[in-house]
Amino acid sequence: MTGDWSFWLREHKSTLLAFAGFAVMFSIYAANHPAGLNANVATTAANKGVLLAIVAMAQTLVVLTSGIDLSVGMVMVLANCLASSIVVGSPLMTALGVLGVLLVGCLCGAINGLIVIYGRLQPIVTTIATGSIYYGAALALRRVPGGDVDSTLADALTGQLPGGVPASLGLLLALVLIVWLPFRRSAIGRAAYAIGSSEVAAYMSGVPIRRAKFVAYTLSGLLAAVAGLFLTCITYSGEASAANGSTYTLYSIAAVVLGGVSLFGGSGSAIGAIFGALMFRTIGDLLFVFNVEPLWQPLFQGLVLMAAICLGAARLLRIRNRLDLYG
Amino acid sequence: MSLFVMRGVSKRYGGVRALQDAELVIEAGRIHAVLGENGAGKSTLIKIMAGVVTPDEGSMLLEGRPVSFASPAAAHASGIACIFQELSLIPDLSVADNIAISNPPCRFGLIDRRAQRRMAEDALTRAGAEDIHPSALVKDLSLSRRQMVEIAKALARKPRILILDEATSALTAADVTKIYAVLKRLRAEGLALVYISHRMHEIVELADDCTVFCNGRSVATFAAGTRTDNEVVELMIGREYNAVFPPRTAHVASDSPLLLEVQGLCWTDKLSDICLQLKAGEVIGLGGLDGQGQRELLLALFGVLRGATGEVRIDGRAVAITGPHAAKRGDIGMALIPEDRKTEGLMLPMSVRDNLSFAALGNLSRWGVVNAAAERAAVERIVRLLAVRTDGTDLAAGSLSGGNQQKLVIGKWLLMAPRILLLNDPTRGIDVGTKQEIYQLLRQLAVAGAAILFYSTDYDELVGCCDRVLVMYDGAIKRELVGAQITEHALISNALNIGAQDENAATQRAT
Repeated sequence: MTGDWSFWLREHKSTLLAFAGFAVMFSIYAANHPAGLNANVATTAANKGVLLAIVAMAQTLVVLTSGIDLSVGMVMVLANCLASSIVVGSPLMTALGVLGVLLVGCLCGAINGLIVIYGRLQPIVTTIATGSIYYGAALALRRVPGGDVDSTLADALTGQLPGGVPASLGLLLALVLIVWLPFRRSAIGRAAYAIGSSEVAAYMSGVPIRRAKFVAYTLSGLLAAVAGLFLTCITYSGEASAANGSTYTLYSIAAVVLGGVSLFGGSGSAIGAIFGALMFRTIGDLLFVFNVEPLWQPLFQGLVLMAAICLGAARLLRIRNRLDLYG
Repeated sequence: MSLFVMRGVSKRYGGVRALQDAELVIEAGRIHAVLGENGAGKSTLIKIMAGVVTPDEGSMLLEGRPVSFASPAAAHASGIACIFQELSLIPDLSVADNIAISNPPCRFGLIDRRAQRRMAEDALTRAGAEDIHPSALVKDLSLSRRQMVEIAKALARKPRILILDEATSALTAADVTKIYAVLKRLRAEGLALVYISHRMHEIVELADDCTVFCNGRSVATFAAGTRTDNEVVELMIGREYNAVFPPRTAHVASDSPLLLEVQGLCWTDKLSDICLQLKAGEVIGLGGLDGQGQRELLLALFGVLRGATGEVRIDGRAVAITGPHAAKRGDIGMALIPEDRKTEGLMLPMSVRDNLSFAALGNLSRWGVVNAAAERAAVERIVRLLAVRTDGTDLAAGSLSGGNQQKLVIGKWLLMAPRILLLNDPTRGIDVGTKQEIYQLLRQLAVAGAAILFYSTDYDELVGCCDRVLVMYDGAIKRELVGAQITEHALISNALNIGAQDENAATQRAT
């Protein structure tokens, strides 16, 4: 049918905008980098960006159901501490260790989901509480920074693929293909979008609300654990750092917003959030390239974020009934 | 054997009886119209059939077998699809996604987009809306088109019983014609259709059988065309209780000053060319079926609606009311008692005193500091005046009964001594005793020189309380009833826009 592409464009507008924003920023960055864009520069930039991108994907899954997950950063820290203890030894032991880390991530997400669904508590307070619990578990595992990780695995994930492509981008692509796309295309993912867009309409349409929420939270935990594993591979150690956890939680929300995912739920995609995360990281790198003092970085990041939120709020100007502004 | 039978179905909400001993028999291949005034129990009936609400008593038989539905999904599974008044579409998803939402076609666990697309195109064609693109987002469609998608969505489930609750109220004339053809074809295909509409001419055009509801009971079932419009209206009235209303003031003096004058007020497609005049000492009612723009009219006067056009004059002086804060200013002195006291009227967890003094805090404070003594005195005066039954003013407003909560909502505006009082269905869901106190109060305020504009879904109230009633239909004032003209019969027939006069019939055909 003719005109299909215009509907496609409309549906993916926010994701495309996020991609365009990232592409512009990254081109400026690459063009002005003193050493030019070589494989090593790209790999370092990619590793930092991918870590946040994975956490942002985790956040997206929950935000789509119009929830919010303030424990993603802490699940990542917990996975980091766990991985630095069990992802070592023989290849078999390493593989089992990876599996264990991912399972713990799923468990954390599932606990969040169950409390939100059956306890009927707001996601924001639930995940503040569980986040603190997960951080406590991380501290119990690793009182002082340390530990180790299988170096073959670490090098494989943080190095370069043949041709100089950063391996972390491969990891990100794999996550999109294995976790995100099946979710997006499945009936359960559709249900998650429906809940975020209008929970009442979803209920009236006979959508499995509880199952969809549960899957969204559990997958969010899984992705956060992947991020923790990847962090371990970058640092070769585990650290129960509260600062790290909180920073990543907040940055993941920023990335989600920059990526065009609506905090009210129901619209946007994890791919948008990935570009949002990469964009957020590039802002910092840009300042470095232009020799701006690092102290200015938070201020500048804040301004960019503010501008993005204002764009997103433009729809409020169209509201004709003022009561709807306070709904 | 009948396709679907409901016997002795009852449902209560708290102390309110929404449905009592209701009977309904639905046959395949026929269109069954359900009639009744506001709050007669039609919505509850449908919600029970659609699995949204479970009945307290009674039984339902589908093809002779007893059934009960725990959720909308269970009703879908039995072949009952419902098109609700409030849309059940998901705004951020595409038309095809919405049509397939209950049961998307899957392959290897993933949604098969091509099959879904075919399914959507099929359903849209069956609904007579093949011009809607399946990939369009629902939020980009007009209300009428959305309603067509809603119908397509219901048809995609291949239902045996299709319930349409005011399904045509949002449709444009072109879409209505298509829907008529679609409904007649579905009937020929052997579907059972339950059709709820307030538009009598639609019922004449479509229905085979009719059931009239009144006060939660099914009072009569008859074949379409065997009763006149007038007889149907009589069936819909049948009241059980008669509240006692305060006597009207002899007559509002014709030289009594004009407080509020509205000329040509319009807002989006919800309000068109509203003109009204409100004199000091008058109680004016807004009548008509629920959702014909009465709520919007009150909100527009109170300055809540952005982009409302037209002229509003207070004391003969044109004013621009930009919001509640401006509306309550001394020279305007307007107050709105909102419809939903729990969200728009009260802060439930806060104390009775805080709730009462909120709107008037400006008058009770100096240099921004609240004068506690003045506040307490004012609050106690109102509590006494309205006879609010509460153990002191420190109690949370939420702990009071519904009727006393409503007194608080009214009382907080009385502290402002408003000259113009707008009320949006102030007696909904409160007990008869409190209702009567509210009627008395309204009359006292009017006698003291206030002008009152009063929307009610209860026709009895309009008859008992008002000096004049403006009947609204489709966002416009269609009829003004004065004094002895205000009868329940006149209110209902005008609300349905089937007034005896030929001029009304003519306007109806024109719209």
